[in-house]
Amino acid sequence: MFEPVLTKNVGNPAALTLKGYKKSGGYEGLAKALQMEPDTIIEEVKKSGLRGRGGAGFSAGLKWSFIPKNITPKYLVCNADESEPGTFKDRLLMEYDPHQLIEGCAICCWAVQANICYIYIRGEYTKAATILERALKEAYEGGILGGSLMGSGFKLDMYIHRGAGAYICGEETGMLESLEGKRGQPRVKPPFPAVVGAFGKPTVINNVETLCNVPHIITRGADWYKSIGTDERNTGPKLYAISGHVERPGTYEYPIGITFREMLENAGGMYRGGTLKAFIPGGASAPILPASQIDIKMDFDTVAKAGSMLGSAAVIVMDETTCMVRSVARLAKFFNHESCGQCTPCREGTNWMELLLKRIEHGEGTESDGRLLLSICGQIGGNSLCALGDAAIGPVKSLVERFYPEVEQHVRERRCPFPQRRHFQNGA
Amino acid sequence: MSVSEPKVTSTGLPPAAKAELDEIRKRYPTDEAALLPALHIAQRLWGGWLPDEALEAVAAELGLPVSKVYGVVTFYDLYHQKPVGRHRIRVCTNLSCQLRGSEEIMEAVREELRVEEDEVTPDGRCSYVHFECLGSCDTAPMMMVDETYHENLTPRRVRDILRGLK
Ligand SMILES: Cc1cc2nc3c(=O)[nH]c(=O)nc-3n(C[C@H](O)[C@H](O)[C@H](O)COP(=O)(O)O)c2cc1C
Ligand code: SF4
Ligand code: FES
Repeated sequence: MFEPVLTKNVGNPAALTLKGYKKSGGYEGLAKALQMEPDTIIEEVKKSGLRGRGGAGFSAGLKWSFIPKNITPKYLVCNADESEPGTFKDRLLMEYDPHQLIEGCAICCWAVQANICYIYIRGEYTKAATILERALKEAYEGGILGGSLMGSGFKLDMYIHRGAGAYICGEETGMLESLEGKRGQPRVKPPFPAVVGAFGKPTVINNVETLCNVPHIITRGADWYKSIGTDERNTGPKLYAISGHVERPGTYEYPIGITFREMLENAGGMYRGGTLKAFIPGGASAPILPASQIDIKMDFDTVAKAGSMLGSAAVIVMDETTCMVRSVARLAKFFNHESCGQCTPCREGTNWMELLLKRIEHGEGTESDGRLLLSICGQIGGNSLCALGDAAIGPVKSLVERFYPEVEQHVRERRCPFPQRRHFQNGA
Repeated sequence: MSVSEPKVTSTGLPPAAKAELDEIRKRYPTDEAALLPALHIAQRLWGGWLPDEALEAVAAELGLPVSKVYGVVTFYDLYHQKPVGRHRIRVCTNLSCQLRGSEEIMEAVREELRVEEDEVTPDGRCSYVHFECLGSCDTAPMMMVDETYHENLTPRRVRDILRGLK
C-alpha cells in the first residue's frame, strides 16, 4: 500500500502550527540537512531523481548544482504562481501544510547557500498567502528562520511576494521580472537564472510541489525515494489534480506512473455515468489524448512518448457530450489573453487561433481552416521566446490531428453538432 | 517648445500605508521591487481600483516615473483602472469550469445583477467579469467574490450569495 507522503498532513489541521508540524516529524529533514555539507545535499537530491513538478520536469538536483559558488547574494524563488488551467495541487500543499513548504525551501537555501527566499504566489491565492504568512511568522518566532537557520548560524529570510494576475509570471524569467517590479515579460535565455537571476544574481526557481519533496528525500534518503515510481527517470510521489467530467474531482497523491484508468476509477469514474472521450494529462498546455490512451502510465516519459506531456499533472477529463472544438477554443482564448505580446508569432498567432476556432465552433468555418490552424502552429512553434508559444499550439495541434472528424463535422453541418449541455435543473 | 513631465500633484500615500510599505521595502534590494505590493496597498485604499492619483502617489513614494507604474498596472489583471463595484465578482470560465456548467453560472450572475460584464450596478454594489482558471477546478463551477472562493456553485446558490452582499 502506498502511504501518502506530500499530503500526509491533509486532514491533520494541527500541522498548520509549528508545534503540530514538528510532532508529525516536521523539520527533522532540515535538522539533518544542516548536519550535512551543502554539496552532499545536492548530490542526494540528484540521486533521488526528483524532477521539477512545475511543468518542465527538469532534475532539481542538477539545477541546484548550476549555482555558482563565488557569487553573492543568491536567491531561491519558489514558484507558487499556479495558473495553468486545471492545476490546483500547490494550493492544497500551501493551505494544508505550509511548514512542509517552508522546510523544503530552507533546505534548498542551505544547499545552494541562498540567504533570501521569495515565495511568489499568485495574487488570487489570498487564503494560501494568509496561511503561509502565519506559518512564516511562527517559523521566525520559533527560531527556525531569521538570523540563524535553526541555530546553525546561517542567515535565512523568507518572504511572500504576491503576484497580480498574469499567467506568464509562472514562466520563470517572467516571474523574475515581476518580482523586480516590472511587467512580467520573459527574458532571453541564456543567461539562465542559475547565473543571472533575480536582481542579476544566481537564482534557483522551483515549484511548490518540487520543494515539498525535499524534506522527505533528506529524512528518508534518495534510495527510499527512488523505490517509488516507474523507473530511474520517473521517481517519487506525485500529485495529480483531476477535474472535469469525473464524479470526485480533487488532488490525489500516487506513486508517479499510476495509470490514467486507475486514477479515473479512484476519482469515482465518469461524471453522471458518461463515457470517456478524451483527456488532457498535464494542464492546458498539454496536447489532448483520446480515450484509447486510457491505460497510459502517467509519468513524464510515457506521456511524452504518447505525444503529450505530464506538465503540471493537471488531468482534465471530457466525456462524449463534450465538443472538442469548443473546448480547444476556450483554451485558445486563454493563451491569447495571456500572451505577453513580446514576440509577433505568439501575439498574433494566438489571436488568429482563437478567432479561427470560434468561427469553426459557430459553424462558420471553411474546409481549409484545419490546414490554416496547423500552418499557424508551425509559425509559432520554435519562433517564440518562451514556452508559452509552444504551449499554446499543443491543444490546437492535437485537435486537428486527433479529432479532425469533429472539426469537419462543424464545417459540413455549418453548426456545432453538440447541443449546449444544461447541468442544472430549475437552478439547483 | 519644451516637453515636460506632467506635474505630480499627489501628496503620496497616507501615513499608515506608508509605514506598511516601508516595512515591505526592506525585503528587496531595489525600491522598484516593492511596486507590486505598493499597488496592492494603493488599490485597497482607493476602493478597489487605481485612479491616476493612486498611480502618482505610488510613483512618488517609490521614486519611479508615472509612465513606468502605468505600464505595470496595465499588464496585470488584478489591477483596475476604472471604478469597480464594492464587491468584485470573478467567474471562472476556463475549461474545467466550462465542462461543469460555468456558462449557466455566468447567466445567473447576469440575470441577478442586470448589468453587463465589467459594468457596475447602479447602486455601486457589484461588478463582475469572467476570469481565467482560479485554481479551484475540483470544485467547479466556481467564482471569487472579493477575496473569497465560492465553490460547487449552482444558479440558485449564486443568487443567494449575490443577494447576501451588502
Ligand atoms: C507560460 C508558462 C507558465 C508557467 N507557469 C508555471 C506555474 O504556474 N507554476 C510553476 O511551478 N511552473 C510554471 N512554469 C514552469 C516554470 O517556468 C519553471 O520551469 C518551473 O517553475 C521550475 O520549477 P520546477 O523545476 O521545480 O518545476 C510555467 C512555464 C511557462 C512557460
Ligand atoms: S512566446 Fe508569447 S508569452 Fe512568451 S515571451 Fe513571446 S510573446 Fe511573451
Ligand atoms: S477551470 Fe475554473 S477554477 Fe480552474
